[in-house]
Amino acid sequence: MRIHRLKLAAVAVGLSTALAACGDAGSSGSSDTPDVEVQEDAASQFEEGSRMAELAESGEITIGVKYDQPGIGFKGATDDAPVGFDPEMGKVLAASLGIAPEDITWKETISDNREPFLQEGEVDLVIASYSITDERRAIVGQAGPYYVTGQQLLVPTDSEIETIGDVEGTEVCSVTGSTSLDNIEQEGATPRGFDTYSECVDQVLNGSIDAMTTDGAILLGYAAEAPDDLKVVVEPFSEERYGVGYSSDSPEMCQWITDTITAAEEDGTWAAAFEATLGQSGVETPEPPAMDECAAA
Amino acid sequence: MDDVTSNFDLVLSAFWLTIQLALISGLASLVLGTLLAAMRVGPVAVLRRAAGVYVNVVRNTPLLIVFLFVFIAIPNVGYLTDTPFLLKGVIALTFYTSAFVCEALRAGINSVPLGQAEAARAIGLTFGQNMTNVVLPQAFRAVVPPLASVLIALTKNTSVAAAFGLLEATARMRGFTNNNADDRLLIFATFALGYIIVVELISLGAFGLERRWKAAR
Repeated sequence: MRIHRLKLAAVAVGLSTALAACGDAGSSGSSDTPDVEVQEDAASQFEEGSRMAELAESGEITIGVKYDQPGIGFKGATDDAPVGFDPEMGKVLAASLGIAPEDITWKETISDNREPFLQEGEVDLVIASYSITDERRAIVGQAGPYYVTGQQLLVPTDSEIETIGDVEGTEVCSVTGSTSLDNIEQEGATPRGFDTYSECVDQVLNGSIDAMTTDGAILLGYAAEAPDDLKVVVEPFSEERYGVGYSSDSPEMCQWITDTITAAEEDGTWAAAFEATLGQSGVETPEPPAMDECAAA
Repeated sequence: MDDVTSNFDLVLSAFWLTIQLALISGLASLVLGTLLAAMRVGPVAVLRRAAGVYVNVVRNTPLLIVFLFVFIAIPNVGYLTDTPFLLKGVIALTFYTSAFVCEALRAGINSVPLGQAEAARAIGLTFGQNMTNVVLPQAFRAVVPPLASVLIALTKNTSVAAAFGLLEATARMRGFTNNNADDRLLIFATFALGYIIVVELISLGAFGLERRWKAAR
């Protein structure tokens, strides 16, 4: 009976750690992110009637970001604002409208609600590891890419998976419904979808699942947290081009986003933002990607 | 929508997993639930108490918590890590649904007039014979409608497994909507229709049983 009670207690502890894990999906880097220079009198710089002029006039902007991706967009249960590369890009964009970082309203967007949020005007911009695709560009605007990454694998340090060919017949987890899961299914692995990345990492750590897959940047964040247990393997086998989403009702925003981010890439703000967020996991700061041309509005 | 029509085999395989989950858990819940109901109305006080505790604990636990237990908490302390995911899903769903099956059946058993059980005992039947030959056949007849509701709820509950590594209909739907942001509504309607068909099959089955077992009164 005592043994049973012990086991039960162990299970209870396991559950509480499982629940706690929902709250700390990776400690979220340091908060000393670079300062952005807020433009003064920004409204006058934009054409009258444009969405940018409206936003600059009102002094408020709502930006949708991820809250569960360490390094990219992450907000702990007790944090005031999300941190990561995406929020940094949001601050750069807001600053060019004369809006200070503390006046930005952050809203959590998950993969499923990014287009509806833009279409209904729930958010002004979506900067949420939002890969540019033709299907998405058909219904919302996407400017970018401001960052290019690729899908990789996170495995236990003693794993035998070394190349992408090794995943055939294994079980690989990611977030339910994600593109990463689709890609790995095509490589012959059994896809296992979970609600969050932290639950997925948990499954790899406890041995239920062979590997986790998603964009390399996210995986590096998790590997950095448990360097003795986890490692990132495989050359990137997909190309994800992150873009900034905006409503298709305001096509004029595209040029503004492209110009602002290009300027940030040139004056070093982009690199500083990268080093303060994704760079924390030890990855070298890459060359900023070239932005796509905007369609003539 | 092209993506869905050209990959319709993926839709079908996803619903096949949904049906497998519902079918296996449904059968297992019926067996476990019947045992629990027999325990709850049986003559052995310890069993009666144990089944009562099971029903009260499980029925008051949200299904999501049951899934967290089976898929995350227990593997984190080293058990169930090599168990196939389908089996883990069946364990979680059966654990949860059997409590509801037990209560539906108990209501049916209570609806059988006491005189029936007394008469069975008077002619020398044991508790087991009494249950299998006299009480349960009459009880099952009364519980077809509520049991059908329990099984329909179970079928829809299988969608919780979407967030626990099982690529069933809801998980597949999320994959499709992620890739085809411009076709959200149609994809949603397609999968909703799939669920309606599965649930309607259960309703029809229950209706058939009700007619077949109908007692002349």
